[in-house]
Amino acid sequence: MKYVDSEQVHKKMGSRLLANNLAKTLFFMATLFGLVVLIVLIYRVLADGLGWINLDFLMNRLSTDPERAGIWGAITGTLWLMLVVAPVTMILGVGTAIYLEEYAAKGRISSFIKTNISNLAGVPSVVFGILGLTVFARALDLGSVVLAGGLTMALLVLPVVVVASQEAIRAVPQFLREASYGMGATKWQTIKNVVLPAALPGILTGVILALSRAIGETAPLVVIGIPALLIPVPDGIFDKFTILPVQIYYWTVDSALVAEYANLAAATIVILLIVLFAMNSIAILIRNKFQKRY
Amino acid sequence: MRRLKGVLHLAKSAVQHDNRKLNVREIIQQKKKSRSVNNYTEKLIPKILFGIAAISVLTTIGIVLTLITETIAFFKDVPFIDFFTGTELKPLGENAVFGVLPLLTGTIISTLIAMLVAIPVGLMTAIFLSEYASEKTRKALKPLLEILAGIPTIVYGFFAFTFVTPLLRSFIPGLEPTNILSPGIVMGIMIIPMVASLSEDAMSSVPNAMREGALALGATKLEVTWKVVVPAAISGIIASFVLGISRAIGETMIVTIASGSSKNFTFDVTQSMQTMTAYIVEVTGGEAAAGTTLYYSLYAVAMTLFVFTLIMNLLAQYISRRFREEY
Repeated sequence: MKYVDSEQVHKKMGSRLLANNLAKTLFFMATLFGLVVLIVLIYRVLADGLGWINLDFLMNRLSTDPERAGIWGAITGTLWLMLVVAPVTMILGVGTAIYLEEYAAKGRISSFIKTNISNLAGVPSVVFGILGLTVFARALDLGSVVLAGGLTMALLVLPVVVVASQEAIRAVPQFLREASYGMGATKWQTIKNVVLPAALPGILTGVILALSRAIGETAPLVVIGIPALLIPVPDGIFDKFTILPVQIYYWTVDSALVAEYANLAAATIVILLIVLFAMNSIAILIRNKFQKRY
Repeated sequence: MRRLKGVLHLAKSAVQHDNRKLNVREIIQQKKKSRSVNNYTEKLIPKILFGIAAISVLTTIGIVLTLITETIAFFKDVPFIDFFTGTELKPLGENAVFGVLPLLTGTIISTLIAMLVAIPVGLMTAIFLSEYASEKTRKALKPLLEILAGIPTIVYGFFAFTFVTPLLRSFIPGLEPTNILSPGIVMGIMIIPMVASLSEDAMSSVPNAMREGALALGATKLEVTWKVVVPAAISGIIASFVLGISRAIGETMIVTIASGSSKNFTFDVTQSMQTMTAYIVEVTGGEAAAGTTLYYSLYAVAMTLFVFTLIMNLLAQYISRRFREEY
C-alpha cells in the first residue's frame, strides 16, 4: 500500500514551486517599496530645498519675503526647547527607571506604573498638546513660551527614556551590585557609584533618541500656540519661540499662496533631517563604543 | 644633648601616639556621623524616586481630568446625542452646530486607507525579512527601514502635499488639491516600518523546529510561512496591526497639511475631509477664547480621540497577552 501518490505530488510540485518563487519576488518587492519611497522622499526634498540653503538662510530671521527669509529664530528656538526637554526628561525618566528596577517591590504599584507608562506611550501627541495648553500655558499662565513647550515635550518623550533606562539598568549584572554590597556600600551608594555608571551608555542612547523624537514633533507645539510668523529670536525659556518642524508646517500650508514657500519648507526639512541623522549617529556610536559586555 | 634629644623624641612620639588615638576616635566619630547621614539618604532617596515615578501617573491623571472636566462643560452646551449623531459640523458663526460624525468618518476613512497600505506591505516586508532574506540582506535592510520610521511626520506631510497629491491628480482627474486619499496613503507608508518590525519580531520568535518539521514533510518555503509561521505568530502580527491603527488614528500633521479643513460628511475619498486630530490643530491654531463652546468642543473631540486610541492600545496588549502561544 502506498501512502504517498508520487505522481500526484510531482504533478503539483511545479505549481507549488512557482507559487513559492512568485511569493518570494512579491515579498522582496514589498520590502523594496518602503525603500523606494524613502529614496524618492529624500530626492524630492533635496531637489526642492538644496538650492535654497546658504549662510543667509541659516542666519536670517523669518520674513514674509521668501528671498530674505531665514530660520535663525527656529534654530535657536529648537535649541532652547532642547535645553528644557533634555534635563527634565532625563531626571524624570532615569528616576522612574531606577525606582522601578531597583526599589519598587514587584507588586501592584510597580506594575500599575509600568502599564501606565506603556499606555502613555500610545497617547497621540496632539492630546499631549491639549494637556500642555491647559495646564502649562493656561492654568500655570506661562503662555506659549519655551518652558511650557519644553515641559509638554518632556512628558511626551518620557516613556522612551524610561524604557531605555530600564533596559540599561536591567542589563547591569547582579554580581557588580553584590561586589559593591560586599565592600560595605549602601543601596544608594551602589546605585550611584556602580549601577548608573555601568548603565550610562544605554541611558544616554535612550535620551538622545528621545530628543530626536522631540525635535521632529510638531503637533503638540502647534496646539500650544506657536505663531506663524515670529520675528524676534528667543532669548530665554520665558520667551515666545518657534521651532524647525512648526516652521516647515506653516511654510508647507502657505505654499498654496506663495510657491517659493515650498522650497523654504524643503530647505528647512534638509536641515532638520541632517540634525536628526547626526543625533542618531551619535546615539549608535555611544551604544557601540561604550556598551560593555559582561 | 643626645639624651635630651632622645627624651624629646620620646615625647614627640608620645604626642604623636596620642594624636593617632585621637584620630582613630575622630574617624570613628566621623564614620558614625556619615553613617547616620547615609541612613538618612537611604531612607530619603526611595521616596524622592517614588515621587518622580509618580509624575508619569500624574500626567495620565492630568490628561484624563482636563479632558473630562472640559468635556462635561461642553455637553452642558451641546447634548450628548446631538454630538455623536450629528452629521453637521459648523463650529464658527452664530448658529454653530457641533456634530462629530464628519470628523469620525474622516478619521476612520484615513485610517482605513492607511491600513490598506500598511498591513499588506508591512506583513510582506516582515515575511521577507524573517523567512526569506539572508542574514546579510536583513542586516542591510533593517537600518534603512528604521530610517523610514525615524522621519518626522511633518516631513511626510510635506511629501504628501507637494508630491503624492500632484502625482495622484495626474491620473485621478477628480482629485481635489486637498483630499483624504493622499495623506491616507502616506500615513500607511509611515506605518509600514512599525507593522513590519513588530510582525518580524513575532515571526522570529517562532522556534526553528516547527519550520524544520514542515520542511521535512516536503512543504515549500511559502507553505511553511503561510501555514506554520504566520499562524504561530498570529497574536503578535494582529497586535502590530492594532497598534498601527492606533497610530493612524492619532496621526496629526500629515492629515492637517494634506487633507484640508472641509467638514463635509462624505465618504468620497477624492474630497477634503477633516480628522479629529486636524480639527484640534485648526481650532487651537485659531486661538479659541476660553469658555466658548468652540473651545470646549476641542476637549470633547480630544476625549473621543483619547478613548479611541486607548481602546486600541489596550486591545493590542490584550491580544498579544491572551493569544500568545508559548513554545
